[in-house]
Amino acid sequence: MERSVVFSGFGGQGLLFTGQVLARAAIKDGLEVFWIPSYGPEMRGGTASCTVIVADHPIGSPVVDQFDAAVAMNLPSLRKYGPSVAPGGLLIVNASLVTSQTSARADIDELRLPCTDLAAKGGDDKLVSVVALGALVARLGWVTPDSVQAALREISARKRPEIIEADLGVFAAGMEAGRIGVAA
Amino acid sequence: MTEPLETGIRPRSSDKDSGRRSRVLMKGNEAIAEAAIQAGCDAYFGYPITPQAELLEWMARRMPELGRAFVQAESELGAINMALGAAATGARVLVSSSSPGISLMAEGMSYMAGSGTPMVLVNVMRAGPGLGGIGPSQSDYFQATKGHGHGDYRVPVLAPASIGEAMELMATAFELAERYRTPVMVVVDGILGQAMEPVELRFRNPERHAFDWALTGAAGRPARIIKSIDLVPEILEKRNIALQRKYAEISRQETRWATELMDDAEYVLVAYGTAARVARSAIEKARARGIKAGLFRPITLWPFPSRELARVARHAHAILTVELSSGQMVEDVRLAVEGRCPVGFHGRMGGLVPTPDEVVGALKALHGKVERTRERERKQQQKRHAGRAEGQSAHGRAAVTGPPERTHRAEADAHASVRDGGER
Repeated sequence: MERSVVFSGFGGQGLLFTGQVLARAAIKDGLEVFWIPSYGPEMRGGTASCTVIVADHPIGSPVVDQFDAAVAMNLPSLRKYGPSVAPGGLLIVNASLVTSQTSARADIDELRLPCTDLAAKGGDDKLVSVVALGALVARLGWVTPDSVQAALREISARKRPEIIEADLGVFAAGMEAGRIGVAA
Repeated sequence: MTEPLETGIRPRSSDKDSGRRSRVLMKGNEAIAEAAIQAGCDAYFGYPITPQAELLEWMARRMPELGRAFVQAESELGAINMALGAAATGARVLVSSSSPGISLMAEGMSYMAGSGTPMVLVNVMRAGPGLGGIGPSQSDYFQATKGHGHGDYRVPVLAPASIGEAMELMATAFELAERYRTPVMVVVDGILGQAMEPVELRFRNPERHAFDWALTGAAGRPARIIKSIDLVPEILEKRNIALQRKYAEISRQETRWATELMDDAEYVLVAYGTAARVARSAIEKARARGIKAGLFRPITLWPFPSRELARVARHAHAILTVELSSGQMVEDVRLAVEGRCPVGFHGRMGGLVPTPDEVVGALKALHGKVERTRERERKQQQKRHAGRAEGQSAHGRAAVTGPPERTHRAEADAHASVRDGGER
């Protein structure tokens, strides 16, 4: 098993953080993982993305030809990564910002989620990427929800202990949305 | 070996997976820095540049904590010459930068090679030429392996392909530097610097030896001089001959490489660092399509594992070199192969990385070309030996998957690396 996902959107949407949560969860599940940011002169408001590869064997290439899943938190990300999702793969689109455009692909599972609303419901409307992570984990099951929750607790405990509960609430809301789908 | 220091990393108990291994998610630049600290690095000199900045930042925090020297110099020139001064006292010294900064250090490196000053220099390579860009690259291969600065000299160059291996090789780098009194380079591309991978917190602090050359104060003993200048040609030539003997010794003793899936390989991919990881994924895909491919991965770029690769080439149908450059290492590959088999190349520049499918495409093209040539030769042979059936099949055993990578070092292991080729 080797699976790849790209998290992409505006700087400040928590994409690199969310990728690291997935990476730490994979370690807890005994998997191999590779996390690589699109490093560069990127800042709040600019574009930001990271790729996470999880596998049950040592990981070879850090670049992939197609992603098994993509999380597009804004329109430029949808345009850039929508075509890069492998047939049969999952594309999660933040419908709070991308209101009408779609990938126009029938061969992938495109899940449109109102991430801002769902994040608000979970406890903090800024944690939009954690919604997407919840949906990703619920749909694809690459890592266990327990490991993601433990990873969220750890990282937040170190940096922002006051948002642990919101992180967990938003993750749960994302899981639920991933399982049943939500009308965007 | 000294007691391990407390690391700058706080592994959490929950990072342990099923009690088997304790692994921590670490960024390449930070893992390299911590490995240098644990290997006993006494002093660090540097100047910030992307994509190696986190290495300097880690040292800025950790070295003062431990009462060791950290200096952010006024420039790369300042950093390398401060390193020369510190290393002349016998201190374990680390310098790091990225490609344009490394160019600025060429003069200092030449002085250190000329005066026999041990030091480790990490290059987190980015795309050039000039200021270029900040994307990952391997286009400093020539610079690293062919001498870097002026004069007849080389430095050992270590090229890890994972963050874990980079940590191991930091201790090796200090060891080589002190054993041979030479600067040593460790080269990674921007991806390995910026990426995070789980690593085990295993460190090595090489044993320290008393240096009979270090400038430690001449009270009670004759003064020592460390210099690269010698204006008498006859004496300077002698110094050069001694240097070349040292390089010959390093070539004999310190060549390192790794092989994977070589047992039945007909096509050999040669790549190092990140390119080797892309090649590994390409090999899996190629095997699924019936091309028996294997990986030959130089770990020391200088000394280059030429003899070992030459042995591999005797039994390979063809070799494909993959690099994040216009084709630099491929020149050393061709020198080693000496026409024994065709050598192809695939690379990307400017901060781009070849994908596995791209490499498979290049391999298929090479495979097609070789098959056509072999077919033509077979037909010519049949004509010559008309009436005699040619039953030789190029296809042997089924593809084998998943043997672990084998790493090798110098002569003693050379036989093992090509043993498989000899059976065909």
